[in-house]
Amino acid sequence: MKTTYRTAVHDAIRDALRDDPRVVLMGEDVGRYGGTYAASKGLLDEFGPERVRDTPLSELGFVGIGIGAALNGLRPIVEVMTVNFSLLALDQIVNTAAALRHMSGGQFSVPLVVRMATGAGRQLAAQHSHSLEPWYAHIPGIKVVAPATVEDAYGMLGPALADPDPVVIFEHVQLYNTSSDIGVLGPTDISRATVRRSGTDVTVVAYGGSLGKALDAANELSLAGIDCEVVDLRVLRPLDDDTILESVRKTHRAVVIDEAWRSGSLAAEITARVMEGAFYDLDAPVARVCSAEVPMPYAKHLEQAALPQAAKIVAAVKSLFGEPQ
Amino acid sequence: MIEFKMPALGSDMDEGTLDEWLVKPGDKVTRGQVVAVVETTKAAVEIECWQEGTVHELLVPVGETVQVGTALATLVALGEHAEKRPRKRPRPSIKPTPAAAPSSAPVAVVTPPTTPQHRRWVSPAARRLAQTLHVDVDAVTGTGPQSAVTISDVEHAAATLEHTTAAKEPATKPKTKATPAERAAQMRKSIAAAMSRSKREIPHYYLADEIILENSLTWLTTRNAQRSIDERVLPAVLLLKAVGIAAERFGEFNGFWRGDGFQPATGVHVGVGISLRGGGLVAPAIHDVPEKKLDELMDDLTDLVARARCFSLRSSEMSDPTITVTNLGDKGVDAVFGIIYPPQVALVGFGQPAQRVCVIDGGIRVVTAVQATLAADHRASDGHRGALFLTAINELLQQPDLLEK
Repeated sequence: MKTTYRTAVHDAIRDALRDDPRVVLMGEDVGRYGGTYAASKGLLDEFGPERVRDTPLSELGFVGIGIGAALNGLRPIVEVMTVNFSLLALDQIVNTAAALRHMSGGQFSVPLVVRMATGAGRQLAAQHSHSLEPWYAHIPGIKVVAPATVEDAYGMLGPALADPDPVVIFEHVQLYNTSSDIGVLGPTDISRATVRRSGTDVTVVAYGGSLGKALDAANELSLAGIDCEVVDLRVLRPLDDDTILESVRKTHRAVVIDEAWRSGSLAAEITARVMEGAFYDLDAPVARVCSAEVPMPYAKHLEQAALPQAAKIVAAVKSLFGEPQ
Repeated sequence: MIEFKMPALGSDMDEGTLDEWLVKPGDKVTRGQVVAVVETTKAAVEIECWQEGTVHELLVPVGETVQVGTALATLVALGEHAEKRPRKRPRPSIKPTPAAAPSSAPVAVVTPPTTPQHRRWVSPAARRLAQTLHVDVDAVTGTGPQSAVTISDVEHAAATLEHTTAAKEPATKPKTKATPAERAAQMRKSIAAAMSRSKREIPHYYLADEIILENSLTWLTTRNAQRSIDERVLPAVLLLKAVGIAAERFGEFNGFWRGDGFQPATGVHVGVGISLRGGGLVAPAIHDVPEKKLDELMDDLTDLVARARCFSLRSSEMSDPTITVTNLGDKGVDAVFGIIYPPQVALVGFGQPAQRVCVIDGGIRVVTAVQATLAADHRASDGHRGALFLTAINELLQQPDLLEK
């Protein structure tokens, strides 16, 4: 049976609410409206306003409430609609949630889950198309995950709630309508990256909304005789260096795909780690495919041109084999 | 003055060692005459000369390894007068310098900048490998990004170096033949290079067809019954002939992919995959298959297998195949999904003829059938033509008298 990413997110929240009375869902429009991306449709009716709570339009306020609730024994899931709005809650996430365990000498932990949509591709222009995951991946004290598949959209929430520290989940907006045939949904290991396609010639590292493009590129490249290994990061912090390095040591080449801008990006971090950990195994410089360094354009063709695409990945991979880009 | 050069005996050969001269200065040479024996990684090959004349000078001594294309000897053409003093020819060095990199090498050769303004670009992994394999990276042509030296460049240079070192030894001591283990290792290496190139460059497509052999086998049994054992023809020969005739009709499966285009071959020379007892395989050609009678083909096949197994093949047999047939039937497998031997564009595989239950004309019958498969280069042909080609082989085998000729 086909399951959509949206349904998987929905079912994960529903199952969490059912299985653990400490779990609550809060955020803008999550209750009566059913969530901006319809991920919480019907949950207000099923679990009532005590556990599925609409909040005022104040990210700073309701993320703070989530932190307080977590400190006091609940397991809140806070939805921040999109990463763009999460900038208003950065202080709570970075200064409070991430730091409390350390500042209290381990006396307090913040078992909070913050979910948000991320990414571009829907013509929502410069203020609603960010990929700011790398900013969050910069912060010690939180875990950052990015489900790229329907399985992970379901499987990451449970382990995230079980984590004693804050976990931020990034759901790419372009993925909600994707679907796949799933038998039984189960928990995902949110400490490890995973190899989505094994290959021998080049490692393509991707996550979230870029995974599908990386796999498309890998299929196209296979026609040119280049066998790509595609690694899905899954966890953006802490990065699973072992899986990435093991793959690069095998293929001797790496291309990192990141929808964020490349300056100071996760792609930059991974490139550096590959250089630190596998320099003598590299047979070509590490290549990156990131978004153009401009505020995201509104016009469709410009937006598509600014984003990583399968064709750009193909060209970047080929450049590692001595073909001019 | 004619230069007689080291021929390329297949796409995976970039050099050869001169084992034996069968002519000396002053000898008359006729077209097709075997003049030397050259040792490649695959076999000792008898080299034919395709020009007529008188041997003037032998340029390469026995035991020396030289690149493909190096002049081995000079001949004086009929009616031409020899120069008084033969001039010494500079031979391309056997050191793997960029200039000596053979054009038939499996990796594309990129000319390095004439005066590099920077330290030689070598990938970290290639530099480390070069140290392990004692390869001088400054002498290696880079094919990577910005013409950097990559792992495969170093491996290629190391392989060349190894051959060179191996060949240099006999210069000081009497020439010793490669041991079977060395030969097997070298053959493995050249098979690896050719097959990797094939899988890297050739977009293969595969088709299969079950061919009922009742007609062919009945016809062959009747035919063989009238002959003594050593005059009998094996079913494998019928298959070869059928492939040969079909390849003649479907030209896009008979030829070579070179550079950016397909070059149809003029004759149909079927390469026959022959596994060797010490491991490895060769696929030398039986020439002009469609023109030969079955008895001739049977003789050719017997002769070819025997000579392949004692490493004594001719240069034209190694370099001429235009399509390959591989028959693993005697090993008991049903079907073969082959890898094309570049620069060829097709390979036909046969499995074991076996009794199968078939529905024929609405009734159930037990018949002997064989799985025929086609691995073809999608750059040169499409599945539609491939299907017709495979069907043509099937149809020919239903009318075995057409194969006799």
